[in-house]
Parts: sequence; C-alpha cells; structure tokens
Amino acid sequence: MKQSTSASPPASGFTRRKFLQGSGAAAAATVLATTGGEALADHHGDEVIAGETTITLHVNGQNRQAVVEPRTTLLEVLRYQFELTGAKPVSADGSSGASTVLIDGKPMMASTLLALSVRDKKIETVESVSQRNSGAVPAAFVEYDAQQCGFCTPGFVVAVRAFLDKNPNASEAEIRAGLNGNVCRCGTYANVLQAVIALVKGGPRG
Amino acid sequence: MNNFAYAQPRRLESLLALLSPTPGETEVLAGGTDLVGLLRERVLTPERVVNVCDVEELQGVHEVPEGGALALGAAMRLDELHEHPLLESYTALHQAICGLRSLQYQAQSTLGGELCRRPRCWYFRAGHGLLADGGRLIREGDNRYHAIFDNAGPAKFVSASRLAPALIALDARAVLVGPEPEYLSVVPLEELYQTPIDESQRETILQPNQVLAQILLPQADASAAVASAAYEVRHGEGPDDPLAAAAVSLQIESGVVRQAKLVLGQVAPTPRVADTASRLLVGHAVDQLRAEAAGRAAVADATPLSRNEYKVQLAEVAATRAILKAAGLATGGFDE
Ligand SMILES: Cc1cc2nc3c(=O)[nH]c(=O)nc-3n(C[C@H](O)[C@H](O)[C@H](O)COP(=O)(O)OP(=O)(O)OC[C@H]3O[C@@H](n4cnc5c(N)ncnc54)[C@H](O)[C@@H]3O)c2cc1C
Ligand code: FES
Repeated sequence: MKQSTSASPPASGFTRRKFLQGSGAAAAATVLATTGGEALADHHGDEVIAGETTITLHVNGQNRQAVVEPRTTLLEVLRYQFELTGAKPVSADGSSGASTVLIDGKPMMASTLLALSVRDKKIETVESVSQRNSGAVPAAFVEYDAQQCGFCTPGFVVAVRAFLDKNPNASEAEIRAGLNGNVCRCGTYANVLQAVIALVKGGPRG
Repeated sequence: MNNFAYAQPRRLESLLALLSPTPGETEVLAGGTDLVGLLRERVLTPERVVNVCDVEELQGVHEVPEGGALALGAAMRLDELHEHPLLESYTALHQAICGLRSLQYQAQSTLGGELCRRPRCWYFRAGHGLLADGGRLIREGDNRYHAIFDNAGPAKFVSASRLAPALIALDARAVLVGPEPEYLSVVPLEELYQTPIDESQRETILQPNQVLAQILLPQADASAAVASAAYEVRHGEGPDDPLAAAAVSLQIESGVVRQAKLVLGQVAPTPRVADTASRLLVGHAVDQLRAEAAGRAAVADATPLSRNEYKVQLAEVAATRAILKAAGLATGGFDE
C-alpha cells in the first residue's frame, strides 16, 4: 500500500549490519535456515541451460527423449515430438484448459509448463488417462453426447478424471464448480455435466 | 517466445545467485500459469528464467520458533495450502482459493506466483508497458476494468492477486529474501505492494534479485477467535478475474467486534486496506445495516475513470457481503 515517492529502491535499507528487517525476521530466518536442511545435492544445481538440449521425459509410463530449448513448452514436445496430439493448443495462457495433462497425478496445463520444468515428473496425457477405469470417462462422454467439435474434449476428459479421483461422490454443484477450468466454445456444458453425474452414480468404475 | 537460458536450483542460495540485479534481465518462474504467457507474448523478454519450484526453503508449512506464526513456503501450490491441516481455520484464505474455481490453476499456481502475478491490464498485456504510456492509454481508452482508487498518477491497473486481500485481512506478513540469502526483510503483506510512479518500478517492492520466500500467518489463538471471509463479484464462473473483491477478518467477543480488517481487491494498483470502514465495525455487533454502512464507507472516496463507475457499487457490495459472510449472517460467492 505504499505510494512510492522516489525511484530509489525501497529495499535500500538492506545493509550488512542490518540484514534482518522487520518484526519476526529472526524467527523467519531460522525457519529458512532449517527448512530442507539436509545437505541435499543440488539436483539440477546451478546449472544454466541455454540452447538445445536432449532431455528425458517420463510420459505415459515410458521414458522418452526430446530435444528442447528452454522456451519449449511441454505441449509442443507432446504434440510435435511425441505425436501425442490429444492435448490442444487453444489458449497461450492456459485459460481454456484444453492442454490439461496430469503431472504427478495433478491436473496442469501443458501450454504453460516449460518442458525443462517437468524433467523429473510423471506426465500422463489424455492418451493414457482416457483408458483408465476401462475407458469410463470417454464412454460417458459418448453416451451423453458431451462433445460437438470435440476440440475441448481431451482437456475435459483429463480434468474429469482428476476431479473424480479426488471427488468420487461429487454433487452436481461440486461438479459445476470443479470443472470451471475448462472452456467449451460449442457450449456442451450441460451434456458434460450429465456425463459426469452418470459417472458418479455409476460408482467405483466411474 | 524469445529464447532464454534456464535454471532450476534447489537451494535458496543458488536461486539468488542466479538472479540479476538489472531489471528485466532475469525473471522468476513458479507455476508458470502467468509468466509463460507473458514470455510467449514477449511482454517480458528476460535473458534468463529461474524456476523456484524445487527450492527447498520455499516449501511447506512450518511453525515459527517462539510460536505465534506459521511460515508458508512461497513455492507451495494452492491446492496444498487448501488441504493443509494447520491452515484449516483461515477461512478467507480457503474461500479465495476455492473461488479460483479451476482445478488446473489450483494445482499449478503457487502462493508466491499468485501474490506476484502481474496485472491483467490489457494495455500492459498488449505490450504498452505497465503504465500504458504514463497512464494516457488507460485514461483516454477502455478503462472499464481499471482502478477506481489511487488512480491519479500514471498507474491505473488493478492489483491482480486474488489471495492478497484475504491474506492481508488475516494480518499476513511477507518474508523477502535477497540479494543474498542472509538479507531478509519481513513486511506486512500490504507493504509488499506499491503503486509504481514510472516504468522503472513494478507493482511490488521486490528488487529484481529478491524473492518472496514465505508468508507468515499469525497462529490462531483460541481465546480470541478470528472469523474471516472473502467475496468476489464476477462476470461468471469461468477462469475470469473478479470485477471487485473484498476480504475481512473480525475478532468478535460476546457478539461485539473487537478488531476488524477489511481489504478491497481489484480496485486499485495495490490491495486496499479500508481503514475507515474497518473502524466503523469495531465496538458494534455486525448486522445488515452496520455491514452496509461499512461497505459504503469503503468506497466513499472512490475516483472512477471514464468507464468504470459501475465498479464502485460492486466494490461496496463485495465489502458488505464479505462482512456479513464473516459474521455468519450470509452465505454465497464462488467458493461454495
Ligand atoms: C487468462 C488467465 C486467466 C486466469 N484466471 C484464473 C482463474 O480463474 N483462477 C485462477 O486460479 N487463476 C487464474 N489465473 C492465473 C493464476 O492465478 C496466476 O497466474 C497464478 O496464480 C500465478 O501463479 P504461478 O505460480 O503460476 O506463477 P508464475 O506464472 O510462475 O509467476 C507469476 C509472477 O510471479 C513472479 N513470482 C513467482 N514466484 C515468485 C517468488 N517466490 N518471488 C517473487 N516473484 C515470484 C513471477 O516472476 C511472475 O512475474 C489466470 C491467468 C490467466 C493468464
Ligand atoms: S465441443 Fe467444441 S469446444 Fe467443446
């Protein structure tokens, strides 16, 4: 809430003698000093990567090699190197949810993840997620006609799987709230909702 | 996207060593939900991007020695915060996280990234600079989503963080570290934010080689229970930003408010602590009329731009409803 009155750096109060500023600073310093205190090897360390590098990504149960630059997104690797074209490039900023994949089991957007940042993670795309529980999610989408052009569908399928894994007994209101990260331009929301309700009612298979 | 060099250190010391003191030369990457889009659109063109997600010191919730506070690591994901047993009593924080309504953002966004997310101002995002030609483009152009307070200077964007109003209402403090690991400063979270006066400044006081390391939350004290709530006024349910938001904490004893802190979001270049409105609540029981009076007081000195007068009423409503919600007299909002 401070209106800056000068261009001089507001943090210029940092000096060698006065490096702990503000009440609670000493306690906070103790927490920082003791967090993760074991002398772990710095895994990627101070290593700075520039230009092209070959990396290994763990995708759908397989280790696969990709050639990336720091700016390469996970979505680009999946689609253009691994031919996994389920995740879609819709929004540069991830606001559509069309590039949703699971990273260590959690739904994230491949369009806003740099490929280098997921080197040690378990990546699952719609190509494998959709097969889980005997393909129950895509089957429900077919049964309830939950797609029109289908462009948003892979993102929805991954999000629905992640949502149901966490909320197997979700109510209609919870489903509506939980699946807001995915946008459907064709407006199939009512049918997606029906499909998910059916999956919840269907019990453990869903 | 321009190319850049990349590093993903594991220790705070390495992280700080990788950051440059020159503005714009390096950028901190957390969940990437905001930064990667800004890089792609070339709004930011750093030479090096440093990922903070694996930094050990920035993880987890810890009790601060000597008690009294919890330290939340800036690299924690929002869903981790939401599910953490030690954080259960901080209602406003949970409501703000639930209000995001996107599984993906909740799983991918971090505490530090959310608090430092860059303004959504469309002139800034289109590459016209944070202030959009010293504020001219906003003053003369489409300012329907811009500031209704603190907008007389060149900065007219609104602070984008959805968690900051809730955390400020809860008296959170920010732990800033850098340029070296032993340079540590703790400020009330509201003081992390500033209204920049020229393009050399950003919307937080963080130096280019400083990071937000932790948020300190006062530990719940059973003798003086704090009720809190957050409320957003939105166009719709999707991943969209609120038009106005408010959060409040109330310490109520025998039905009377002993302490109150009301904070408005999405209305000014910084989160806005509404002191006068907060004072109106102290010493009284909360009821509809009192909450409405505080809501009115919270927006009394608004100075809307040419196309955003409607936001004044929305901010008033957000404040009133947040107060009623905290007092248990109303429900509603996007967190349900
Ligand atoms: C179109 C759009 C719509 C959105 N709608 C929603 C929505 O409905 N719900 C929702 O939850 N979210 C929404 N968001 C975004 C989201 O909330 C923020 O982008 C997110 O919280 C940022 O967190 P992050 O960890 O991904 O940060 P990043 O994108 O990695 O970083 C954000 C900023 O913070 C800085 N930063 C990160 N960590 C630190 C640190 N420790 N110290 C100092 N600086 C740091 C970065 O340098 C960067 O400037 C939306 C975003 C976009 C682009
Ligand atoms: S079916 Fe066309 S975008 Fe959803």
